[in-house]
Amino acid sequence: MNTTTHAPCALELRDLRKNFGKTEIIRGVNLAVKPGERVAIIGPNGAGKSTLFNLISGRFGPTSGEVLLNGRRIDGKAPYEINRMGLSRSFQITNIFPKLSVFENLRCGVLWSLGYKYSFLRFLSKLDDANERAKQLMEMIRLDKKRDTLAVNLTYAEQRALEIGITMAGGANVVLLDEPTAGMSRSETTRFIHLIKEVTEGRTLLTVEHDMGVVFGLADKIAVVVYGEVIAFDTPDAVRANARVQEAYLGSAVADAHAGGH
Amino acid sequence: MKTTPSAVSSATQYYRFKPWNVGRLVLWSLFALLLIVAPMLFRSSLALTMLSQIGYLIIICLSYNILLGQGGMLSFGHAVYTGLGSFIAIHAMNLAGTGALPVPLVLIPLVGGLAGMFFAILLGFVTTKKSGTTFAMITLGIGELVASMALMFPEFFGGEGGITTDRVYGQPLFGITFGPAIQVYYLIAAYCFVCTAAMFAFTGTPLGRILNAVRDNPERVEFIGYNTRRVRYFAFIIAGFFAGIGGGLAAINFEIVTGADSVNVLRSGGYLLFTFLGGATFFFGPIIGAVLLVLASVLLSELSKAWLLYLGLVFLFMVMYAPGGIASLIMMNLRLAKFGKLRGLWPSYLALGGTALVALLGAAAMVGMTYHLQLNAALGPALNFLGATLQANAVGSWFGAGFVLVTGLGLFELCRRQFVRQWGEIQEEIEHEIKRGEAL
Repeated sequence: MNTTTHAPCALELRDLRKNFGKTEIIRGVNLAVKPGERVAIIGPNGAGKSTLFNLISGRFGPTSGEVLLNGRRIDGKAPYEINRMGLSRSFQITNIFPKLSVFENLRCGVLWSLGYKYSFLRFLSKLDDANERAKQLMEMIRLDKKRDTLAVNLTYAEQRALEIGITMAGGANVVLLDEPTAGMSRSETTRFIHLIKEVTEGRTLLTVEHDMGVVFGLADKIAVVVYGEVIAFDTPDAVRANARVQEAYLGSAVADAHAGGH
Repeated sequence: MKTTPSAVSSATQYYRFKPWNVGRLVLWSLFALLLIVAPMLFRSSLALTMLSQIGYLIIICLSYNILLGQGGMLSFGHAVYTGLGSFIAIHAMNLAGTGALPVPLVLIPLVGGLAGMFFAILLGFVTTKKSGTTFAMITLGIGELVASMALMFPEFFGGEGGITTDRVYGQPLFGITFGPAIQVYYLIAAYCFVCTAAMFAFTGTPLGRILNAVRDNPERVEFIGYNTRRVRYFAFIIAGFFAGIGGGLAAINFEIVTGADSVNVLRSGGYLLFTFLGGATFFFGPIIGAVLLVLASVLLSELSKAWLLYLGLVFLFMVMYAPGGIASLIMMNLRLAKFGKLRGLWPSYLALGGTALVALLGAAAMVGMTYHLQLNAALGPALNFLGATLQANAVGSWFGAGFVLVTGLGLFELCRRQFVRQWGEIQEEIEHEIKRGEAL
């Protein structure tokens, strides 16, 4: 490939479109995210943020356009193929394995990336690398005291943390987090943002977020999505100053976050 | 233990304290011992037949639970794999008997297993494409398909009469001919132990655990790198292999396999029903289910003509009140015992059991009279019910039975309410103790 002059983008969307029936939900999105960047995707409800995540992660196939992960096409591939190529995601609605323990949840997350695949001739208890990695993750998301608790019995905030843990388990270098702090209290959110910063250190992060405090505290760049189009993609300060964004969406929300001490 | 060599790091010990601990070793030894001594305790030929059936049904129910309990796949066609395993095994025995196939009898169950696996590879490819309701429907369809094929190909399935064989062939090894039923029992018991151990080991492998994850949340599994369809397919093949072994053992045990009986959907339903009754959420549940299956079909059918009705009622109550089956009831009570709370519950259990028995007595009398009127009308209205004589056409008998039933039900409901309250309180106490333990 002709990528000798500069490294490929971690994630690139080229004229991505998605129709549901006759309705155009995503209307030609272009986006180029460099390796290691933290990007927050904001926009009003129904703008297509979650649909965008679903298109990138393979939950739906796009109607047209391209998605490139580290320079390789991933549009139209199955979720598990995309995951194996180094992209992982979390969900807006908690999506964990309810009847498995915290430790088992995380261990399931690491198995494929360590090459154990569909093996049925080895014991999990003897896979030292998988167990060690699951233990590290458990400490990272501060759930090491709940090792054997079934995921269904965790508190909401703990389940959200576990969700992040599973997402990070496979070691993917591009991570999509869909409203990671949804439904959390202010103090929980603050702690959670620290956690996210910590576990995504050195990786490319895309996150959908409604909380403007979180957005401006976390993101290197902000993409504003309105009616299925990216109307701005720039640094937080530039986005804040962007007249079109002000008009279309942000306005008071940004002013609030600004005044709120962030 | 402090004597452990220091070469093992503390980190690995942290994970390795589970697999081969003493309790587990004792349990497996007890299981082996039970298989060995069972025919010495129950010496009648009926008991030996039942024990042999229990032996291979344990394998079959456990293999079914790989699908149901561990993978969340509700199959209505498991008898396809046990049945086809039986047929291939019995043809292999006939070939071996003529000397065309050099396979000793001890390896015939493996032939059945490979056959079950082969058909699982073939048919499972279609079946496991989807999960949930679609999966259940496809298994039902394939079950019907194979059952109807059994009548279309009499050369292979033997038509109405089935295929017969003689398990005594070849040179006896150490004087073992496998003619006597006791020798067959020990062959079955050996396979039962090895297969149970192998299937238990499977639950601790990467595929086994991901299968649980697929059961819990298939969508999420796709996003951690696994193709859920392939996970289901592989599990289905493994289940087919063990089902085939069970089928092969059944063929050896009976020396006859009939298409009408072995591969039909009714039999698949039986595996489903008893695996569920035993308990699909725990590994050992289907073992209980297999024992119950034999007890019910041999003993309960002797006891009452209406045994299927009672079975249906038990299944109904189980689904409603204890969806985890008998295994979950045992585990819940073991949990109470661990916290020393079981003793307080004994009076409640006795009350529940007693009142349920009264209600059952009333219901059984009415069912017995109904059956008597329908089927034995020529014998006159009098029937013998547990030593007492009832007049099936007298209002008094019906009134009496109805009175017993209603009284029993009423008292049972009172006891049940009291029990539910008590149970809730105890669970709360336990939660409290756990929380206190965590805080320390």
